[in-house]
Amino acid sequence: MISLPLLEIDSLTVDYRTRRGNIRAVNNVSFTLEKGEMLGLVGESGSGKSTLGLSIIRLVPHPGVIVNGHIKIDGTDILNLSEEEMRAIRGKKVAFVFQDPMTSLSPVKKIGAHFVELIRTHEPDINKEEALKRAMATLNDVGILPERINDYPHQFSGGMRQRILIALAIALNPDLIIADEPTTALDVIVQAKTLDLLKSLRDTHGMALILITHDLSIVLERCNKILVMYAGDFVEYADSKELHRNPEHPYTRGLLRSIPNVELADQKLEAIPGSPPDLLNPPKGCHFWPRCSYANGKCRVEKPPITESNLGHFVRCFKENV
Amino acid sequence: MGLRSYIVARVLLMIPMIFLLLSIVFLIIRVMPGDPVLLHFERKASEEAMAELRHVLGLDKPLYVQYFEYLAGLLRGDLGRSMAPGHHSISQQIFSAFPATLELALFSTLISVGVGILLGVRASQSYNSLQDHSIRAFGIVVYAIPIFFLGMIFQLIFAINLHWLPANGRFPPFLAEPGGLILYLSKPAGGFAQVFMWSLPAGFVSWVICSVALKRKRVKFWLRGFLISLLVLLAGWIVYAYLAWHFMCLGVLHISTGLLTIDSLIEGSPLKFVESLRYLFLPSLTLGLVLSGVFIRLTRSNMLETLRLDFVTAAKARGLKETAVVYGYAFRNSFLPVLTMMGLQFAILLGGAILTEKTFSWPGLGSYLVDRITFRDYTAIQGAVILFGILVAIVNLMVDILYAYLDPRIRL
Amino acid sequence: MTIIGLVIVLSMIIMMVLGPWVSPYDPTKSNVSPPPNPSPPNADFPLGTNLLGQDMLSRVLCGGTIMLQVALLSVLFCFIIGVPVGLLASYAGGIIDKIFTLVMDSFYAFPGLVLAIAIAAMMGRGVVNMALSIAVVYVPSYYRIVRSQVLTIKELPYTEAARATGARGRTILLRYILPNVIPSIVVVATVNFADAILTAAGLTFVGLGVGIDIPDWGWDLTKGRELLPSGAWWVITFPGIMIVLLALGFTLIGEGLSELLNPRLEQ
Repeated sequence: MISLPLLEIDSLTVDYRTRRGNIRAVNNVSFTLEKGEMLGLVGESGSGKSTLGLSIIRLVPHPGVIVNGHIKIDGTDILNLSEEEMRAIRGKKVAFVFQDPMTSLSPVKKIGAHFVELIRTHEPDINKEEALKRAMATLNDVGILPERINDYPHQFSGGMRQRILIALAIALNPDLIIADEPTTALDVIVQAKTLDLLKSLRDTHGMALILITHDLSIVLERCNKILVMYAGDFVEYADSKELHRNPEHPYTRGLLRSIPNVELADQKLEAIPGSPPDLLNPPKGCHFWPRCSYANGKCRVEKPPITESNLGHFVRCFKENV
Repeated sequence: MGLRSYIVARVLLMIPMIFLLLSIVFLIIRVMPGDPVLLHFERKASEEAMAELRHVLGLDKPLYVQYFEYLAGLLRGDLGRSMAPGHHSISQQIFSAFPATLELALFSTLISVGVGILLGVRASQSYNSLQDHSIRAFGIVVYAIPIFFLGMIFQLIFAINLHWLPANGRFPPFLAEPGGLILYLSKPAGGFAQVFMWSLPAGFVSWVICSVALKRKRVKFWLRGFLISLLVLLAGWIVYAYLAWHFMCLGVLHISTGLLTIDSLIEGSPLKFVESLRYLFLPSLTLGLVLSGVFIRLTRSNMLETLRLDFVTAAKARGLKETAVVYGYAFRNSFLPVLTMMGLQFAILLGGAILTEKTFSWPGLGSYLVDRITFRDYTAIQGAVILFGILVAIVNLMVDILYAYLDPRIRL
Repeated sequence: MTIIGLVIVLSMIIMMVLGPWVSPYDPTKSNVSPPPNPSPPNADFPLGTNLLGQDMLSRVLCGGTIMLQVALLSVLFCFIIGVPVGLLASYAGGIIDKIFTLVMDSFYAFPGLVLAIAIAAMMGRGVVNMALSIAVVYVPSYYRIVRSQVLTIKELPYTEAARATGARGRTILLRYILPNVIPSIVVVATVNFADAILTAAGLTFVGLGVGIDIPDWGWDLTKGRELLPSGAWWVITFPGIMIVLLALGFTLIGEGLSELLNPRLEQ
């Protein structure tokens, strides 16, 4: 019997129905995630990566609507679940770590209170002392002194708050953690420490991890698989080593080229020319053609389908001049 | 600016404002067209009668003398004398009418804030839905209803047609009004009793030591023992006082608030409590509903803003229940504006109370004022108006101070 | 929303204007219906009659004029007093501004109805007196709005530029500040209108209204109160609904206008 993948996303499409028009934030994206796997979800702002992450826990903000597709967690399509059933999954089976540690914690609640509330919502039989003990153990795991359980969020630095958020995420031993830009709001040194923390926690607890970021460099070495998105489209998906060696989509190539290499002297920083499209009126055909140095007539008119070039390496590109 | 200096500055500012207010009221009553005494009698009385009244009330003195006497009297708490036969002290009349209005104001505020918050939160949760729009519409419509009209409609429906609730008054005539609690104090009857009497301050001192020691986490065993024995002595004193109450009485301590609902609870009479609530219900419902519109709008807009904030979404992402998220996280931040709005609404509340009291024959300051208008008792009208103004000024001051205390920006 | 408000208000004004012609009976004539009075709605008198035997329908149709007059006058008074004083005092700044603000704040803190009652009690009955007492209550609101606008605009670059070119204070006030202040004043005026109607009704209720000859919704409400215990609901319901509609109409206009002028942020 083949084991079920932990997460199965099938033809997911998410729209934002604004007054000015319909924005297709996620366009027909599909992929799977196995238990314990680490996926890097990469894209610029507006690529739809955050929306994709939020749809997995069905918290896409108003006026977002999941218009099509299936999201299966352990075989169950969560789009069919009631709100109450979904609530049971959030925080316990799938945990989400938000981007901005400064605003993600309630300023009037002690850290301990955040944990106790979380634990007792999902496991109502546990009493307060027991919940606090578990909370302190979790804080210890992320490298924060357990005695600080009675402090308020504003008494911690940004990096420490991010670690508290991570602690809240692992507190109930979820099967999947989705971290949305967990390091963007932090400085470089703390960034690396936080990412290493995530990775080591994953190694010890064995959960799957989706790391959402715009920075390809931080997922290249840490993740098993990488999914690249652009303007709502699934653009490329492969094993991270394979992606690094054989990037097929011009966008991925551009991303790789723009990673500065400390060891090279006199390196010119290469950026991808142009800017992301206005999703109210995306370009016809392939969304990327205005910025693509390989684009030809076909790209401007027809949207390329997803093809599998190597085993497990998928890309959405005609690849004619590439 | 520290909190203390803010309070001082604010109180100092209040002095000229109150002074201005008092002078304005004085001007209105004395200087406006129409001699108060003349208007009082409506030219139906003789010259002697008018002169007599003027003399009794001190209105025949020159204007500047009257002004000083007026201010001096206010400092003493004397609001003058009524024009009605008997010339009773206005302060006394107002003092006896005040608790009724206070009770009405409190319960109405409870209803308006309660309804406002509940509806405002519901509206914000279902943004732009039919529920949201109808709640908003309700808030707007309800404020456009004249208070006495709504009161009369309620009277029609609930009292006259359904006979569920009384239409007028504050308390059923067949019951004695709740008097609160009456305690009899005893006189110490000898040496042993004196020891007991002293155990009270001794207990207090030991409590002080105890809390200081506990703060340093050094409560030793012998100290604990000492405290326990002192507590035993304290308990003994209470028992002794109770026994003395039954057998000896010399002094009487009367504990009552003037609020019939509270008083009936203190007295321990559930029947009186229920009855006072029955009479209180319709008036406070009327006043509360009309004023709830503001709170609905305020809560709704605050919640809409707060619900968009990250920590709310993060809380939802942890699988917390909707009510827990809404009330535990989002609402805490709406609390302060609601508090300040309660203070700001106080002035409108008082105005509305006047109309409500007249409609339901509720014996408070509002009824007093309206009665005095009918009797053209201008000095009493002046007194009541002054009191209203001072009440509002005090409440505004308290709200300002409370806000300064709770808002960390001003505190530091 | 503004449109609904405008529709309501305009239709009521039309009703009031046409009232005297359209109403089936003379609203002040007693006993148009034979005793016993008051009688419930029936074929002859669709809204019933009151204690004096006067036809309710006619009274309802004609009863709004007093309120409208009072409200209109009070708004006018506020405009004439509040706006110029606000403009001049806040533009002048310094001690004048401080004194006026202190006075206005003292009035503002006062419970509105109480102040109106005090003034109306002293001045006696009549439309003008009622309007004046209401106006006194609302002038501080106009003053505040005007003042806050003036203070903001006074500091804006184009005002400074005008001053630099030697424009006189009066010109600046009239050409630059006044046009910007007008939208906010209009919004306050509509709210003022609605409140004035309700306050006028309140004043009538406590006995400080107009005389008994002229049909007035507020008066009907006050008098109708005595008939409640007998269950004569029609005497108060219809006049009351009218007051609600009128006040509501102005409130809606005000809400709609304020939303137009300060569009709310979309989510």
